[in-house]
Amino acid sequence: MSTVLSFFNYWVVVALMMIGFYCVIARGNMIKKIMGLNLFQTSVFILFVTSGKVTGGSTPILREGVEVYSNPLPHVIVLTAIVVGVAITSVGLALAVRIQEAYGTIEDDHLGDDDDDERLAWEARQRR
Amino acid sequence: MNIVDLMPFSVLVPLIASAIVALLPGRTLPWAVTFLAALISAIIAALTLPAATEVTLSYPFGNWPPPIGIEYRVDAANAFVALLVSSMASLALLWARTSVNREVPRRQGPFYALFLLALAGLLGITMTGDAFNVFVFLEISSLATYALVAYGSDRRALLAAFRYLIMGTIGATFLLIGIAFLYMMTGTLNMADMAERLPEVRDTRAVRAALAFIIVGLGLKLALLPLHLWLPNAYAYAPNFVTVFLAGTATKVALYVMLRFIFTVFAPDYSFVVLPLATVLMVLAVAGMFAGSWVAMFQVHLKRMLAYSSVAQVGYMVLGVSLVTTAGLTAAFLHLFNHALIKTALFMAIGTVMYQTNSIKIDDLRGLGRQMPWTMTAFALAGLSIIGVPTTAGFISKWYLILAAIDVQAWWLVGLIVLTSMMAVVYIWRVVEAAWMTKRPADLPTVREAPLSLLLPTWLLVALNFYFGLDTRLTVGAASAAADVMLGAGLGGAAP
Repeated sequence: MSTVLSFFNYWVVVALMMIGFYCVIARGNMIKKIMGLNLFQTSVFILFVTSGKVTGGSTPILREGVEVYSNPLPHVIVLTAIVVGVAITSVGLALAVRIQEAYGTIEDDHLGDDDDDERLAWEARQRR
Repeated sequence: MNIVDLMPFSVLVPLIASAIVALLPGRTLPWAVTFLAALISAIIAALTLPAATEVTLSYPFGNWPPPIGIEYRVDAANAFVALLVSSMASLALLWARTSVNREVPRRQGPFYALFLLALAGLLGITMTGDAFNVFVFLEISSLATYALVAYGSDRRALLAAFRYLIMGTIGATFLLIGIAFLYMMTGTLNMADMAERLPEVRDTRAVRAALAFIIVGLGLKLALLPLHLWLPNAYAYAPNFVTVFLAGTATKVALYVMLRFIFTVFAPDYSFVVLPLATVLMVLAVAGMFAGSWVAMFQVHLKRMLAYSSVAQVGYMVLGVSLVTTAGLTAAFLHLFNHALIKTALFMAIGTVMYQTNSIKIDDLRGLGRQMPWTMTAFALAGLSIIGVPTTAGFISKWYLILAAIDVQAWWLVGLIVLTSMMAVVYIWRVVEAAWMTKRPADLPTVREAPLSLLLPTWLLVALNFYFGLDTRLTVGAASAAADVMLGAGLGGAAP
């Protein structure tokens, strides 16, 4: 039981990762896909931050009376990764807006089938 | 100023120039500054290659010595890839001017700024010696690429860009998970340092998982067979210039990073032992060679045909890697270089056709051989190179790949390589047949030969294809040096 609980963060990471991944794969709606992608990325951030915790360690600010500090490097890395994640979200949303303008929908199920070259050529050959 | 201090500017010049170019008005100025930046970057890379072949160069940022600081670490392998990427970018830019004026008629500043960001990202991936830095640069180049693909005039470009974004992000995040595991186990992000510390923790599940995550993540970026789905549409609907640039560079850099992780960070005696990596890569490579060539034979949309052909060619490169011999890796690096030349030439020729006829369907190309003889001849000659006819660059890399396969007594691989080359004959011949063997139907418009600004760069690339088919000193020398570094004690990884 204690081992299960001591890995609590990792359970959360795995759960979030799977929920996010499922969302990306199973949902046709592009906004939901992007939300899934965010969840997926966030779980990796938590994984990174978790690795920086030192048992009994204090916040990594140099001060008197403290000997053990948590590792600050993962936090810095995750900050950069969050910036990357925000950039991806914004590019994704911008694309979704333009797809909405061009197609009138953002449900990705059969989008683009209407102008598929191979199918159009095949239909043209059938008509001949 | 010595070469080590100059080296980082290969990445910094495009990065800084992109911020300037974004603000420039009009069309001529952004292009000129972009070309200048890419050219400077290529010249620096060309100066770096001979120096890096002799001794591994290291540039610590802010004078913080690695592994605490971030370093650029350049040896024969990544200097070769960096030279390829920056020189292909410069060559593509020569062709870009006329083509981009048509496809991005208004302010071109943001477009070229994105291009420079993509270029800086790709060069950063190749030069850096820091695992997390690889991820950041990968995302910089990918984000710029998504936006560039979305510039395509067809509305399907948006869909292609969105799907590329989803798959690309998943791939990059997988890479990040792998790096997180490696960091947890080794406590370092510097690749050379990681390679030294990994043997102590090699038999842990986290390290094995890290290897698997990194390979799948980079496999997505590389468009290795079952993970290639983003590539055909992204290439097909992107603006022609973007396709020309991506086809020559993006997948190559992903392959390089994968090799860097497999061979230097993990060392081949680990990565090929804990996972059946040689078998997996070989099966996927052969499947990719077949599936890519097979699907390419039936494509109506010619850019998509060439994109599927790219999936097949990635197969050849990975096949060379999967042999895990110096000869195999040399062949992989050779094909990495030669395929960039071939595909860039082919996409330029097809882009030129699209510029003149506004169509890319094979049916609209009927009888074009007489109306655009120079363009179609360039296409046919570059086609010879992708088939692997002697005296072309494509022959050299396939020849080395076959030699590498014979070296390990894999005769069936030789048969497969020849067979898939025959399939390349089929899809190239379809175009040649349509262009020359059929009369131009009356309902198709009469077109004229393309302007010289498009023709000359295309022919330059075709000439390079033949030059590197005859004079192989530079390519084979650099490729075998790169393979030696990868397999040998490159960044400190143990030899097998």
